[in-house]
Amino acid sequence: MIIAERKPIDEIKGFVEGKTKVLLVGCRGCVTVCNAGGTKEVGILASLLRLDAQKEGRDLTVDEFTLERQCDPEYVDELAELVEKKYDAILSMACSVGPQFLSRRYPKEKFYPSLNTCFIGGALAHGIWAEHCQACGNCIIHKFGGMCPITRCSKSLMNGPCGGSSEGVCEISKEVECIWHLITTKVMEEDRLEDFAPIQPIKDWSTSRDGGPRKIVREELVK
Amino acid sequence: MTREIKTNSNLEKVLASGAFAVTGELGPPRHCSAHEVEEKAKFLVGNVDSVNITDNQTAVVRMSSLAAGLLSQKAGLEANMQAVCRDRNRIALQSDLLGAAALGINNLLCLSGDHQKFGDHPQSKNVFDLDSINLIQMVKLMRDDGRLLSGQELPPEGRPKLFIGAAFNPFADPEDYRVHRVAKKVEAGVDFLQSQCIYDMVRFRKFMAQAVDMGLTEKAYFLAGITPLKSLGMARYMKNNVPGIIVPDACIDRLKGVPKEKQSEEGDKMALEMVEELKNMKGIAGIHCMFIERERDVKSFLEQAKLLPRPKV
Repeated sequence: MIIAERKPIDEIKGFVEGKTKVLLVGCRGCVTVCNAGGTKEVGILASLLRLDAQKEGRDLTVDEFTLERQCDPEYVDELAELVEKKYDAILSMACSVGPQFLSRRYPKEKFYPSLNTCFIGGALAHGIWAEHCQACGNCIIHKFGGMCPITRCSKSLMNGPCGGSSEGVCEISKEVECIWHLITTKVMEEDRLEDFAPIQPIKDWSTSRDGGPRKIVREELVK
Repeated sequence: MTREIKTNSNLEKVLASGAFAVTGELGPPRHCSAHEVEEKAKFLVGNVDSVNITDNQTAVVRMSSLAAGLLSQKAGLEANMQAVCRDRNRIALQSDLLGAAALGINNLLCLSGDHQKFGDHPQSKNVFDLDSINLIQMVKLMRDDGRLLSGQELPPEGRPKLFIGAAFNPFADPEDYRVHRVAKKVEAGVDFLQSQCIYDMVRFRKFMAQAVDMGLTEKAYFLAGITPLKSLGMARYMKNNVPGIIVPDACIDRLKGVPKEKQSEEGDKMALEMVEELKNMKGIAGIHCMFIERERDVKSFLEQAKLLPRPKV
């Protein structure tokens, strides 16, 4: 899923500066699962903004609403009635797809992103998420023991660990595991070094973002 | 061991002659004064068979390896131009290789490159379109098959005659995999390999024995990396802060055992002892002297190692 985190509160306060009526819009998709922009987080941010305004003696109304998904026009439509209420600012608490879809549907409104969209990943443990995919558009993780070096190697190396791999960690930080250490150790344990020996050819990045912004059209689904 | 000569590289000729080769290293300046390159080059001319010109090493902006390489060639050295995959994609790399070969560069060292997080521009975007092994393949394709990656043919007179190098590091992990990574470099078509700085001879001997067993030293020339320890402080720094370098406790203890003003001499002595062993080590074709900001000491070191004068081939 897409992993996001809330922007620093001061940056969000900057978005609402001088405004008297704002709407926070959450999303029940990925950002609910990663505890960044669901109903609960919308409530917390709304309280923070209200308290802050109260402390400074400012008049600020903060309304809250959470959509099923902000990346789907059919759900984005559900905001039509609320938007009529004329907010000074609408803060999306979805990944960056959310504020873009909202802006397109309601072009007269002023939308702000309240989250930073970080990566495609998963939860390693409660409260810990890690990046696992860069959406290169041509998955070959079966060649690497089920691990993605494009994403998880700091240099996206395709042919083994660099000279900076030491005791299982990456040269950039002791906090970063060397994925090539894990891949090669697994291959050696399974005694599969020979299958693993062929040089991974020079990658075609045209299916990745390097080929320009991407779009999928599934004819059978298009009405 | 006789191998076909593929380029006009002096280093290749020395290696092919069977002589014990010596390469040096020259770090380009962090500005555009040609004078600094010329000054460093003076200490190396006549003392090494070829000199590595680093490519923005540790991701710090410096004069380009191509420009500094040409300056050093003008000063009388033969450059071994380093090229990293961090900053240039396949378009820029191929273009620079064509330019380098056109201007008389004969050697190219293919590296992945240090991550920019270490350098002076950690905010930059990295490239890594290729990795070092892919880069070796690409240079070989251009030189031997006369083609660009696109398939575009190069006319016979327009193929970059580059002696292809790469790095190897027996001290990085996983230890048992390192020789297999080198095997991939050999398979990709590398002509010579230079190692990371050696302090742990036990591990180096073990690695070379594996490389010899696998027949790798018959297919590429292996040069052993030498960086004498200047002080106890340097030894401790290398041990604790440089990933992929092993400084055994025995080295540290030996430096501890001498007064501070004698540590540099002791460091040189340890390195000279290693060089003596390396001269007779199976599969080792020479040494690569990385005297970082100590170029002026290379000559006396090589004299003591009895590696001067350099062969004229």
